[in-house]
Amino acid sequence: MAQTIAITVNGRAMTVEQGTTVAAAILTHGAPSFRESPSGEVRAPLCGMGICFECRVTIDGVAHRRSCMTIARAGMSVVTATPE
Amino acid sequence: MTERFDVIVVGGGPAGIAAATAAAQRSERVALVDEGAAPGGQIWREGIHAKPIRAAKIRKARLAASSVQHMWSTSVVDAKRDRDGFILLAEGEREPIVLRARSVVIATGARERFLPFPGWTLPNVVGVGGVQALLKAGMSVRGKRVVIAGSGPLLLPVAASLSKAGARLGIVAEQAPFASLARYAASLWRSPGLLAQAAQLRASFLGTRYATGTWATGAEGDARVERVTVTDGARSRSYDCDLLCVAFGLTPNIELARLLGCEIQRGSVAVDDAQQTSVPDVFCAGEPTGIGGVDLALVEGEIAGASSVGGKATAEQQGRRSRLRSYAARLDASFALRAELRSLATSETLVCRCEDVRLGALQPTWTSRQAKLYTRAGMGACQGRICGAALEFVFGWSSDSVRPPILPARVSSLIATAPPSSGEHSPSGVS
Repeated sequence: MAQTIAITVNGRAMTVEQGTTVAAAILTHGAPSFRESPSGEVRAPLCGMGICFECRVTIDGVAHRRSCMTIARAGMSVVTATPE
Repeated sequence: MTERFDVIVVGGGPAGIAAATAAAQRSERVALVDEGAAPGGQIWREGIHAKPIRAAKIRKARLAASSVQHMWSTSVVDAKRDRDGFILLAEGEREPIVLRARSVVIATGARERFLPFPGWTLPNVVGVGGVQALLKAGMSVRGKRVVIAGSGPLLLPVAASLSKAGARLGIVAEQAPFASLARYAASLWRSPGLLAQAAQLRASFLGTRYATGTWATGAEGDARVERVTVTDGARSRSYDCDLLCVAFGLTPNIELARLLGCEIQRGSVAVDDAQQTSVPDVFCAGEPTGIGGVDLALVEGEIAGASSVGGKATAEQQGRRSRLRSYAARLDASFALRAELRSLATSETLVCRCEDVRLGALQPTWTSRQAKLYTRAGMGACQGRICGAALEFVFGWSSDSVRPPILPARVSSLIATAPPSSGEHSPSGVS
């Protein structure tokens, strides 16, 4: 049985397998909304590897963190720009 | 924190791992730095579920057993030469790290080429290597309807991975015409192993159509992608989908090489037989010297690593590199991008996603610098990494020179190299 950990995204609890990135967690368990573009479009990851910066969310109070490059850790608090 | 090394290898994918391990055979002061949380880069990224590739496992073990000091989750944001060698400014998860070395090996890999088309900014439109990375990072696609449309040999293994992960593949569309692919397959007669591998991959998603000479013209949806239209030039067809994977081959990550002043030829870093760039003591290996795949990256890494500490390539390495380079050249020609892809975007389609610049706001007669000044296209967080390749393909604009920081960086990191003491250079580009 794979080890799981719990994080919160926009106040909602999410349980994911250890080693999952924050981006993968949101794409699996939540709505694909991460960032708001300058003209107000909702965006989600494009490149999956830290190049496009579309996956930016606020993690533990720090903004503009690339969620595709951040492994989810127990108790992490994630806030996206466009909460569902 | 400042640390001194003989060699710093930037990039922990196959080339970087090979280079660092090779350099460590002659030096105990070798560092390996990578943005990712673990070694492997993209192609050797260890999946949450997937079994690791044997070659990757062996090489990573060799790295772990060596004296290489590795730093993961560490991004190099600036680099310059001083009288003792090189200073690299990097960012860890919380703090800046200043690294000094006599030589540098650039093994920064490649990224995917994205071309704009109507609807490409919708959530759940991702890359082809991108979806692979997300799968490995724990994203589930079980039961999801997926369409892959793009170009390159990556389409096959990614389709196979998605299928294995329980996705329902609608279609796999390769823009290259059948004739090009047939020629490419024929050229692989020298590598029957590769042909067998391709056949095996295709077999794992036999229920899905693999169409050549076919490309996506538009994606639609409300809050996320719901449908994609593909065409073969004569007929169009729409597929309902939950996830759309579209990317057109790979393009080298050469920002660090540009920053250090390395000569770039046709979008790749120029290197000599020792994998040295035009800048003394700066070496380069893997995709940045030309897209060529993992085996070429490994041998180039081995040679670059050895060269960086005064060693030389062996005859075996030279022979291996030579063979693999000619394979890479054939790849290029087979998957050339068709002209129709230049006119998929309408004037309303966004080209720069970071700053929301529409195609219609750009004048074809401009240079990329003018586009930055007049519209901010290329001035956003990705620093033109996504729109740059597209604008080059659509308008023929070549990339500008780079300025530090080559990745968005924290102010505290930039301050870290501010000079208090004499003899140090002041940070450039801080405005």
